[in-house]
Amino acid sequence: MSFQPVKFYQTGTYTVGNRLLAPDERSVQAGELRSNSINSGHRACQGCGEALGARYAIDAAMAESNGQLISVNATGCLEVFSTPYPESSWQVAWIHSLFGNAPAVATGVAAAMKVKGRSDVRVVAQGGDGGTTDIGFGCLSGMFERNDDVLYICYDNEAYMNTGVQRSSATPPAARTATTMPVGNEPGNVFGQGKNVPEIAMAHGIPYVATATVADLRDLEYKVRKAMKIRGARYIQIFVPCPLGWGTASHDTIRMARLAKESGMFPVFEAEHGEVTGVLKIRKQVPVEEYLQPQKRFAHLFGKHAHPEMIARLQAIADRNIRKYGLLEQGDN
Amino acid sequence: MFQIRVHGRGGQGVVTATEMLSVAAFEEGRHAQAFPSFGSERTGAPVVAFCRIDDKELRVREPIMQPDALIIQDPTLLHQINVFAGLQQDGYVLLNTHQTFEALGLGDILQNHRAERFCTLPATELGLKHVGRPIPNVPLIAGFAALSGMFKLESVIKAINEKFSGKVAAGNIAAAQEAYELVKKEMEERIHA
Amino acid sequence: MLKQTEGSKAVAEAVALCRPEVICAYPISPQTHIVEALGEMVKAGELQNCEFINVESEFAAMSVAIGSSAAGARSYTATASQGLLFMVEAVYNASGLGLPIVMTVANRAIGAPINIWNDHSDSISQRDSGWMQLFAETNQEAVDLHIQAFKLAEELSMPVMVCMDGFILTHAFERVDIPTQEQVDAFLPPYEPRQVLDPADPISIGAMVGPEAFMEVKYLAHAKQLQALELIPQYAAEFKEKFGRDSGGLVRSYRIEDAETIVVAMGSVLGTIKDVVDDLRAQGHKIGVLGIISFRPFPMEQAREALQHCKRFVVVEKHLAVGLGGVLTTTLRMAVAGLKLTGYTAIAGLGGRPIPKASLQDLFLKAEAESLEAITFVDLDWDVVNKQLEREKQNRHSGPIAENILHAKGMTTSAKFG
Repeated sequence: MSFQPVKFYQTGTYTVGNRLLAPDERSVQAGELRSNSINSGHRACQGCGEALGARYAIDAAMAESNGQLISVNATGCLEVFSTPYPESSWQVAWIHSLFGNAPAVATGVAAAMKVKGRSDVRVVAQGGDGGTTDIGFGCLSGMFERNDDVLYICYDNEAYMNTGVQRSSATPPAARTATTMPVGNEPGNVFGQGKNVPEIAMAHGIPYVATATVADLRDLEYKVRKAMKIRGARYIQIFVPCPLGWGTASHDTIRMARLAKESGMFPVFEAEHGEVTGVLKIRKQVPVEEYLQPQKRFAHLFGKHAHPEMIARLQAIADRNIRKYGLLEQGDN
Repeated sequence: MFQIRVHGRGGQGVVTATEMLSVAAFEEGRHAQAFPSFGSERTGAPVVAFCRIDDKELRVREPIMQPDALIIQDPTLLHQINVFAGLQQDGYVLLNTHQTFEALGLGDILQNHRAERFCTLPATELGLKHVGRPIPNVPLIAGFAALSGMFKLESVIKAINEKFSGKVAAGNIAAAQEAYELVKKEMEERIHA
Repeated sequence: MLKQTEGSKAVAEAVALCRPEVICAYPISPQTHIVEALGEMVKAGELQNCEFINVESEFAAMSVAIGSSAAGARSYTATASQGLLFMVEAVYNASGLGLPIVMTVANRAIGAPINIWNDHSDSISQRDSGWMQLFAETNQEAVDLHIQAFKLAEELSMPVMVCMDGFILTHAFERVDIPTQEQVDAFLPPYEPRQVLDPADPISIGAMVGPEAFMEVKYLAHAKQLQALELIPQYAAEFKEKFGRDSGGLVRSYRIEDAETIVVAMGSVLGTIKDVVDDLRAQGHKIGVLGIISFRPFPMEQAREALQHCKRFVVVEKHLAVGLGGVLTTTLRMAVAGLKLTGYTAIAGLGGRPIPKASLQDLFLKAEAESLEAITFVDLDWDVVNKQLEREKQNRHSGPIAENILHAKGMTTSAKFG
């Protein structure tokens, strides 16, 4: 089969353009044989990070499983904008049951495949951060603990966007949401202890845990493909900026994801059986302000009634991430 | 219809006792129904279980309030609850003790009932001797078969073999045989006395 | 094979004979013995081609069953009481998606106050969930209903609850005829799903449906239950032909031919009621029994037919529709609309309160004499109830009701056995 070169430019990133690579090194998404699992025509907002992340992730999973994939979806933006009937964007066997049960439904699908001897069919479950870190957390932990043969992908946009931007346990401190308004002495979301689900996943000792962002789509594809090579429970949390919920320009989705990673606010790493095996180093560290300022959800930290002390606390969180995961190259900084 | 109520404590195999009674009756072609008093009782708490035996289908689901027979697995219950509640005038009682009814202060009850249908059996000792555990249920069932004539020892042994296997079954069968003989002997002695 | 066995064990054997492919287990009394027995059978290799999954909650149990059923596997779980309530969202989802899951509900009261004993509150709370609900009178019927339930569920692609009285049936040792594998295979064909997740033919299941189609989807759930009204008697007849006994069906009547009073009930209490009716018949009373086996779909026509010639009916309900009375009575009133009939509700056996023959006989005689109130609370201790009502009148800080009631009971009743 002749190979048709695909022009695929990503300006401002550090990724190598596909046109410079040999065909077999090119990304899944760059290939004409990509499965278009979530097809065009869906109803996501302009600049939706989740739609982008889902497309890359599921196409990569499809490539790795030779198209033998069943996808389970929690209730949420992804489910809503990719349906309703009969306009499904999904070109993959797909089921949506409830908000909080996607990991368990996926367990059921995997069990059915096992009992039917279809070890070739793989199962992916997906949900947003609300469906994953809050309401679906019990089922997620159960699926991890049993080490069911499911890859669970969490698209983390740090709030309940589908219902109108309410706080989730993945919402960062100080962020404005509909339920954490920028009023009072400590405007926005509280500075809690956080709920680091990738680390909680690692604590289950499951074979593979990774984080990724839509700013590093090649890394995202690599992690999905790697996860699909492994049997047992796997977890990938993909950082997907939400222009609507964050108050960012739709053309800034990739930039926001990159700044989250480059500031240390969202550490990108992978872990096997509970041990961190690799981190995506910060290429060019930026202060958290650079990440926060373009986002309306943090606007109350700046300007006339600025809260520099809260920015400092957020910087401290980023610094702790950098130390903890070793996000800086030796000699950087 | 013949109704048996078994009293004991959690851990003494009270529920198992009624189940085995029902199996023994079933083995003889009768209809039987065994059911516990349905508590989430912990070890040592008072437990009650029931067994009904009839020649036709058993439909009633009420607890047994007027038993034709009582099997009391633990004599310490006598001071705690009224185990004799509702006992029929001509009812049978088998009590796990090495003492006599009189020594336990139960003379009154004997007087109001048919004394020849009241019997004691050191069932805990028999359990210890043959099975190595102080579980009195199997000796009491076998003893009850001898006391009441409700079923044959062979049916009790069949029930034991259905519940246990290997060494445990063998030990329980030995305990059942000795219990059966002990009660039989006591009954005969009473007749001749 | 005829054997003397525990209800739960018998049901587990029946479920195993149905060749389930995925079983989800989460412990809750009094259902536990069923899944324990199934787990052992899977581990021992007696039940092959079956995944037994220990899940972390009832919500997960039903969710796993949703996934496995949608992926084409015959799926089973069991629950009770709080467990059923904990999975409610998924219960509705399973029927909404049209997945033929079979679930045993070992009927148990719902707290608070927490109570592990039998009544029908759990199943009845799910009467509008879209699941079919079949109530077993005996352990034999529980066994037989499970075999029929898989066939019914899979034909209609709708889930079925087999309801059996917790403890009273699940923990009772009685005579049960366990069918052979050949018999069950001849009755229950392999599961052929109407919709299935298949990478070779990728479909979307469970997408959003707006106002333009939602009512039609819901109506079809109703239409399937109407079809079940035809199928249930048909399957019961086929069952009788293949297994040689009457089991299942929509309703079962007993001595109603010339009955002026008909007692209506569901589940194991029917046995006690029949004994009472026999006693009363022997004394010349014209009384009979109507057992409801299928509560969903509700057999309106059959109930009306059974009741049409009597003068009054008494419904013994193991459930209290708080603020209304009885759900079954209300439904029966619909069934007999236009007929000149008096209907009485008797709430009995809540939270495992024994339902003695003596109390039932008293109830039926009062009904016959038309001296019953519209609603009777069988064996309710009015003394302690009135004391508590008085206490609440006298004292703003009257404390927890349950504790007060138990306190009053301890002072007014002598210690009973057990």
